[in-house]
Amino acid sequence: MGASNFTNQVDNVFLFILIVSVVLLIGITTAMVYFVIKYRRSKNPHPVDIHGNVLLEVVWTIIPFFIVMGFFYYGVVDYQEMRNIPEDAMEVEVLGRMWSWMYTYPNGVQTDTLYVPLNTPIKLTIKSVDVIHSFYVPAFRIKQDAVPGLDTRMWFKAQQTGEFQVMCAEYCGDRHSYMYSQVKVLSEESFERWYARAGAEVAALAEAAEGGEADEVARTEKLIQQGRRLIKTKGCIACHTLDGARLVGPTFKGIFGKTETVIADGQEKQIVVDEEYIRRSMLEPNVEIVKGYPPAMPPQGSILNEQEIQAIIEFLKTLKANE
Amino acid sequence: MASHAITEVQHLEENYLQVKSRWRGIFAWIFSTDHKRIGILYLVSSLTFFVVAATIGIFMRLEQLTMGETLMSADVYNRLFTLHGVIMIFLLIIPGIPATFGNFFLPIQIGAKDVAFPRLNLLSWWLYIIGAVLAVTTLFLPGSLPDTGWTFYVPYSVRTGSNVALAVFAAFILGFSSILTGLNFLTTIHRLRAPGMSWHRMPLFVWALYATAWIQILATPMVGITLLLIIFERVLNIGIFDPTQGGDPILFQHLFWIYSHPAVYIMVLPGFGVVSEIIPTFARRTIFGYKLIAYSSLSIALFGSLVWGHHMFVSGESDIANIIFSFLTFFIAVPTAIKVFNWTATLYKGSIALEPPMLYVLSSIFLFAIGGFTGLMQATLPIDVHVHDTYFVVGHFHYTMFGGTIWVMLAGLLYWFPKMTGRMYNKKMAYLAWPFMFIGFNVLYGAMMYMGWKGMPRRYYDHLPEFHTDHVIATVGSWLLYIGILLLLGNLVVALYKGTRAPDNPWGGATLEWQTTSPPPLENFTEEPVVKHEPYHFRKEDNG
Repeated sequence: MGASNFTNQVDNVFLFILIVSVVLLIGITTAMVYFVIKYRRSKNPHPVDIHGNVLLEVVWTIIPFFIVMGFFYYGVVDYQEMRNIPEDAMEVEVLGRMWSWMYTYPNGVQTDTLYVPLNTPIKLTIKSVDVIHSFYVPAFRIKQDAVPGLDTRMWFKAQQTGEFQVMCAEYCGDRHSYMYSQVKVLSEESFERWYARAGAEVAALAEAAEGGEADEVARTEKLIQQGRRLIKTKGCIACHTLDGARLVGPTFKGIFGKTETVIADGQEKQIVVDEEYIRRSMLEPNVEIVKGYPPAMPPQGSILNEQEIQAIIEFLKTLKANE
Repeated sequence: MASHAITEVQHLEENYLQVKSRWRGIFAWIFSTDHKRIGILYLVSSLTFFVVAATIGIFMRLEQLTMGETLMSADVYNRLFTLHGVIMIFLLIIPGIPATFGNFFLPIQIGAKDVAFPRLNLLSWWLYIIGAVLAVTTLFLPGSLPDTGWTFYVPYSVRTGSNVALAVFAAFILGFSSILTGLNFLTTIHRLRAPGMSWHRMPLFVWALYATAWIQILATPMVGITLLLIIFERVLNIGIFDPTQGGDPILFQHLFWIYSHPAVYIMVLPGFGVVSEIIPTFARRTIFGYKLIAYSSLSIALFGSLVWGHHMFVSGESDIANIIFSFLTFFIAVPTAIKVFNWTATLYKGSIALEPPMLYVLSSIFLFAIGGFTGLMQATLPIDVHVHDTYFVVGHFHYTMFGGTIWVMLAGLLYWFPKMTGRMYNKKMAYLAWPFMFIGFNVLYGAMMYMGWKGMPRRYYDHLPEFHTDHVIATVGSWLLYIGILLLLGNLVVALYKGTRAPDNPWGGATLEWQTTSPPPLENFTEEPVVKHEPYHFRKEDNG
């Protein structure tokens, strides 16, 4: 049983073409080597001119034609199944951006790992917020580009439980080769449990943020928890570390309250990183760039709502420089 | 026995290397309008770029020798693979065979004194060099070398801080160089054939250049427009490709591949032509199925213009477009297969001498066939969904472009070197380089295909542990290949100074270039040749 419903299909077409190709390659190569040996000049000093043979040439025009039409047919049959998305498929939205993936479920849960139930058709709607990425799960034999401004779609049915690698297959910049994620295939029961629990957490956080939590300290604590999760699911840590190391963007460690030199309109100036600066850096990241870093970050307005921005700010406040 | 009747000309006239012009030293080359000198200019410059880009390739392989950072940062690696691709494609493979051997031998093979427009020909070389210099200049400008890959896909190429505009402009100028060469060759073939050189008496190399020239003229302007649009997009922010302004990034891919797919036939068709020259010479018999080989070049040029969408099977292109492009792509396999079968049949009942050019050409057919078969796999939709943008594709196009075109270019070099320089190289060294190149090639690109099938994406600076062994094997293969290339080219450089004098017709060739002196005189022939029979005619008894 293949990891997905497409794994064996694709492997079989591949194997079929591989076998035909190897047979033909061996045939041609053997003929060449045989002729070169048999008709070597020392043994065969008098060549014979043969200008052609219509029958033979017709034969080796028509036979390859039928062979490749066979490949085409075999391919199209499988391809149509790949593109024919079942009506009852569970929908998950995949968002690609430099340089991470985010998955959004119908109940509002957002994750950085794709959790799916076993033997259930999953329909993926794939989007990008910046450049072209390509959502690729090698074990499932599926791939589809994430194109800004265009929703692309594909589907699959996982047939084995376990973890499978997700990669970005379309070159997208410095961290392209680290744009990994996982598909976690759970049994149907485990998936249901995970889905319900994750949904409940989202609802609780939303309620807390609405002011449902009367106690200010407890409310901040909830926000910090939410922020800690958001910087993963929203992809912040693809470029910003928590431990002081330099990646594409400045580290988050000790960032709140720090004095930074930024470039705005080509001029250097000193600013103190406060709530206002962090908020502006998420919504209009290229207006004031920290000196020495590239203007690489896409605006996050379409990814983060006001409540989520608040949660991330609360979390960043907790990342002190000397810890 | 080969016919040497016409070759016994008096060696009175100066050859093209001895002729004095009003320029001295290097200027006698870079201001020369002699098609032979221009051919040599292209040869020296494109082979120099070849060694540079191959060396970049060696550094890229070294980076993959360990996981994480080995030699360079991701930023440097991304610029290097872009540079490797741009140099190999725009500065070596596209101009490679047509501008070097085409320039040198097309007029001689049809019995002409020069190309139709010699000054335009020199302009083509100058545009080529200006394009190359501009591409290198980006290194010293703000933003430095581009980091987009040679495909310059938007929106990345519009967003990146690297210097894309100048590099793209360089490619635009190189496109002009290519168009002008194509125009020149078309006119030359139509207007300057010697008496008796009817269309069906033209050598197959000329037929291949003819088909190529049409693609150069018809397809190259498309990429010119596309590349200009990137510059407009970056500089003026017009929003043709930018979705936030209503543009469409996939439009760029269509425009890019409408040129760049036909361009792969610009790259490979002249190579097919060279194969069709070398095999009859060393089998010393006529080619099998002359017309079918000649017309298959034209049909490849035609179908090759209709299949660009097969680069975009997972791009978001519509399913029906994908199916049509897959269907048309399979068509190309037929004329290509015909060529391979006819070449093989040409060996039948020949009198075969496995001289170095023949050895390299026959192994090239083997390598190209592997490239062709893996191409069929990628034309098959569900397989392409899996292997698209993986090392499988990287392996595939190195088998076709390197195994097909560059490998044949090296065979052509071994074949025509004595004619061009008047000197013979050390054949033992040429044989010695072969196992390094052949084994190294298959280890390197075979390992790439294997890891690609397992799911290793291309243009990855770093890799996961499961691919590590494959990467190490590929890197070792790259060393063997590189040694082979240096042995082969080094041997030729030595032969320039120390080679023995080459006879006029060292291989017993039948086409016109072997009927003149080595090296040829300024106007190629002492008397205008009159052609009385088909090109691969080795029998003395039938001579006119």
